[in-house]
Amino acid sequence: MANTESTPQPTSKPSLPVVQNFTRRAAVKGAFATLGAGAFVAAVSPLRQAAKNTTAAEFMQQHYTELSPEQKADVIARLEAEAKEQYGADVQIADDRPIPGTKFVYAINLSVCNGNGKCVEACHKENNHDRDTNQSYIRVVEMPKGTMDMEKGSTTYTGTVPKDDKFYLPVQCQQCDEPPCVDVCPVKATWKEEDGIVVVDYNWCIGCRYCEAACPYHARRFNWKKPVVPAEEINPDQSYLSNRVRPVGVVEKCTYCLHRTRRGRLPACLEACPTGARVFGNILDKDSNIRWILENKRVYILKEELGTKPAFFYYFD
Amino acid sequence: MVGIVVWQQGHRAGERIEHPEDPLAARYAGAASPDAESSSAAQVSGEHEADSAELFSVLIRKPDGPPRVKLAGRDPQGRSPEAACSTCHSIRDPNFGNTTPATLDEFHQGLSVAHGNLACYACHNPQDADTLRLADGTAVAYQDVMTMCSQCHSQQAESFAHGAHGGMTGHWDLRRGPQMKINCIDCHDPHSPVYPKMVVGFKPKDRFNVPADDHHDHEGADSHGEH
Repeated sequence: MANTESTPQPTSKPSLPVVQNFTRRAAVKGAFATLGAGAFVAAVSPLRQAAKNTTAAEFMQQHYTELSPEQKADVIARLEAEAKEQYGADVQIADDRPIPGTKFVYAINLSVCNGNGKCVEACHKENNHDRDTNQSYIRVVEMPKGTMDMEKGSTTYTGTVPKDDKFYLPVQCQQCDEPPCVDVCPVKATWKEEDGIVVVDYNWCIGCRYCEAACPYHARRFNWKKPVVPAEEINPDQSYLSNRVRPVGVVEKCTYCLHRTRRGRLPACLEACPTGARVFGNILDKDSNIRWILENKRVYILKEELGTKPAFFYYFD
Repeated sequence: MVGIVVWQQGHRAGERIEHPEDPLAARYAGAASPDAESSSAAQVSGEHEADSAELFSVLIRKPDGPPRVKLAGRDPQGRSPEAACSTCHSIRDPNFGNTTPATLDEFHQGLSVAHGNLACYACHNPQDADTLRLADGTAVAYQDVMTMCSQCHSQQAESFAHGAHGGMTGHWDLRRGPQMKINCIDCHDPHSPVYPKMVVGFKPKDRFNVPADDHHDHEGADSHGEH
């Protein structure tokens, strides 16, 4: 070896570079460096994927509450264009704000709800949920008589309803006045608005799912995959904080159909209910239906002991 | 098709000013109403005049009118004939001995009645077969059947008047549009008023619905392969 080093002979030099001094230490170093580089590439691959799916404008977008009216218009125009590009649907995304002097409250008559699930389906269609998973903001829990503990119920019941020994408890977001889901959000992507609706800025949510874990009513949903909705089934009547098609990897929830209710209309689940079990209204209006129910019926609050103060009531008659 | 008409305006009738437009035209979102523009403008700006003078109506769907009885066979033109109640009952004297269809010799024999112990003439008017009658004998048009139901079912009627019984569509906010409600017999067959059983159709496939033998933690696990 020493001889070759001292008298190099160009003619016999191999065409490929020979690793000189090829010790085991170097081999191990090299192997780990290669592994490290590979691991790094693998680790950042989601970022490369994200870069492909995320425009600079989307990445730079401010929190909803900090957007100026002009910025909001730009954001909405971009989202409408994205809906056209990705779903082939012409949608109108509004920015419905709370009606002053309004506090929305929902009530369900458990004496007449028969668990048929039309509300679940109506929510699915109205809110542009993923068609593959039949996603919906509402779960109807089939409950054994004699308890109000929703954890003892089942959502998998099928067939003819109502069954004699059961009652049916539809559960969706209770729009709590003390919402634990809002408290735990590390980036303030979810908050409570003046009319009581707890909303999510889907473009600010980082998908950590703390809120989903915090909600005692199991009311939040995570978009595990990009929602699939055929163009002809897309509900084009949308709102930024409500039923616009959500991106993958964010949390979503019932908004009391704010794209309808903030325009004076009834929520989709209520209109779909064939038993008339659902009542919706403004509790600040002393003549409202909802106010009469709270004053005259036997009213139950789900998991009242948790102190979440729901804007959602169950009643019996 | 059953027309939509104002049946009553709820307990706050005095406060609700019936909309001057034809209720059918004002139906849904109040598109044809004079203040539609202002309400849509208000929705954009988030402002609304709380004491806007005009309120839309609560419209309660009424039945068409007296039922028509389908007759067996076809007439020479191939139509299946229908007859008004009075076609037969105006020439027959009422037999108050028949309290259920079970004792009838002819007609109405297949009718199943499960409405308490009510006899036919508790609700049907023996003097005028094309109307109903109240407990005090006052005749009531079929269109106003809810007046009759409410005699016994006053609790439901009260709840109905306050939106706590019966389905509805349209608007919660009558400043912005009308509300449409259905009547008693849209859900309750007067002869057999128990609300019918239903079959569950739509089911979300959420994680609570995943079969117990499936240990996949992620619903979207399959889609990860695409990345």
